[in-house]
Amino acid sequence: MTVSLEASLMSAKGAGRKLLVPYITGGMDQWLDAIRAAADAGADAVEIGIPFSDPVMDGPVIQEASWQSLQHGSTPQSVVAEAADLDVGIPLAVMTYYNLAYRAGHERFAANLYRAGISGCILPDLPYVESGPWRTAAEAAGVEPVLLAAPTTPEHRLPDLCAASRGFVYAVGVMGVTGVRSELAASAVEIAARCKRVTDKATLVGVGISNPEQAAEVVQVADGVVVGSSIVRRLLDGDGPEGVAALVSQYRRAIDG
Amino acid sequence: MTMSRPTPEGRFGDFGGRFVPESLIAACEELERAFTEAWSDPSFIDEFQRVLCDYAGRPSPVTECHRLSQRLGVRVLLKREDLNHTGSHKINNVIGQALLAKRMGKSKLVAETGAGQHGVATATAAALLGMECKVYMGAVDVERQALNVFRMKLLGSDVEAVMSGSRTLKDAVNEALRHWVAAVEDTHYCLGSVMGPHPYPWMVREFHRVIGEEARAQCSEILGGGEPDVVTACVGGGSNAIGIFSGFIDTEAQLVGVEPAGGAAVGGGVPGVVHGMLSYLKQDEDGQVLEAESISAGLDYPGVGPEHSYLASVGRATYVSVTDDEVVAAFELLSRTEGIIPALESAHAIAWVAREPSLKGKTVLVNLSGRGDKDVDQMMDILG
Repeated sequence: MTVSLEASLMSAKGAGRKLLVPYITGGMDQWLDAIRAAADAGADAVEIGIPFSDPVMDGPVIQEASWQSLQHGSTPQSVVAEAADLDVGIPLAVMTYYNLAYRAGHERFAANLYRAGISGCILPDLPYVESGPWRTAAEAAGVEPVLLAAPTTPEHRLPDLCAASRGFVYAVGVMGVTGVRSELAASAVEIAARCKRVTDKATLVGVGISNPEQAAEVVQVADGVVVGSSIVRRLLDGDGPEGVAALVSQYRRAIDG
Repeated sequence: MTMSRPTPEGRFGDFGGRFVPESLIAACEELERAFTEAWSDPSFIDEFQRVLCDYAGRPSPVTECHRLSQRLGVRVLLKREDLNHTGSHKINNVIGQALLAKRMGKSKLVAETGAGQHGVATATAAALLGMECKVYMGAVDVERQALNVFRMKLLGSDVEAVMSGSRTLKDAVNEALRHWVAAVEDTHYCLGSVMGPHPYPWMVREFHRVIGEEARAQCSEILGGGEPDVVTACVGGGSNAIGIFSGFIDTEAQLVGVEPAGGAAVGGGVPGVVHGMLSYLKQDEDGQVLEAESISAGLDYPGVGPEHSYLASVGRATYVSVTDDEVVAAFELLSRTEGIIPALESAHAIAWVAREPSLKGKTVLVNLSGRGDKDVDQMMDILG
């Protein structure tokens, strides 16, 4: 049974809980167990990366994970099919690049996600201005299209963008690609505040949240965080699902305050 | 037909668009505004033309190839972009973009390069205008174009070898885009072909229009008021081809783009989205982008500019492909019959003219997009 991402996150948010969404690249070694471990350690939803040949929004860590996964022979179908067997009790979303949806055909791609019990889909290279046809197809198929808002998104576009986003609003915390950074950028808090002024949907900051301290800082304003590279780093370093669980627990404690 | 502005959404028919992360949308919009304004400002156009003339050496001549024509039974005219400063047509676009970047108040340029021609041209414009410049180049290309790497460094640019993916041009574009996302405030992305997100395909075409406009007038003079039967050029991203096609789009001339057999996006691809644009793309059935394989680094690109996809879809231009072996033969043929050593990229167009039987007795204008000095090392290995 597919759990609605938006309903689930709104309900947790309404109960005063800060939201934690870890990202794990599908098809890496032990990725399914890592997702189960993340769910047990207090994740509110999990974002599954479907590897793409040209991940232009991703920095070195997720590029390496995508490459490893593709070398293992992962395909969009294999990742989605394996994810269908996850029974973790929290909503799942995929993050991938638009050409995989375009090539499959919007309707077919979305229907495939829905059948696998995946609630949301994030396509970072499909900006709001180009997203109309995909959003229509996704929503018709029961998949929530999550949109990204950036520090450079102009004020006049932000309300429409946030209104069109389903599941949650993905606020890009820093001008740059995914990756681990030593400092939290001021832009992370700013974009969260800007989104929250124009939407009641959950606003999660992703890109540039590299450790539990930064997560704790950003949820002073944001409703939650998406954390990717620091989690995937653990898997690449061979720390396995236990390493992921330990880090997710740390994030959980940090944002719970 | 004419080559007009794309739609406000940046579409040429179904192709084009602006498929980049939200973070870059504002920068693309800012660039579109700045270019639109500059391109209707006579003082900007005057300055652009003055630099093309006094610095880059325009106009480039059209050369009638008597010995080659006799050999092939085809009247061959060459538009000599190889004679421009830095050795190829690429200089037109980078001068335009560097002047525009200055006008926008940007102090740094970032660029991708395949063969190194666009990188060298960008490094040159940066030196000329006193701007900082960083060039991303696939590690495979760094190795096969060592001379151009040294040139860029000599010109004061920073060259970074890209180790991700297939380590060629497409990966250099990814890395340049990643760099741009993080540096967009003070950095202009000087994209090297008629590709990428709107307004690049349109803007880069406009900066290369000069090739076609000059060639139209020069051909008219040589042909007593007539036009060539066929206009042809090599196509990787497709900037030199768009440049020369733009001068003949409203004529009867047949327009032919020549792709490498191992990287034929129009000939062997299906529509897809990468690097900010919807266009023909070599990809597998899942949508993963395939690596192009060509003897020439400058054409080693799995995609193609969206206006080419449009011209192909409406039948105004046709796209053919030639093999690496045919290219090597054409490289030698032009060197020996005319004393002109072509870039391996440009040799693709020559190879098609040499092979195509239907051209007998016709007049063909070939855009000789660049000179072959950069390829001599590689050809020494191949030809011994």
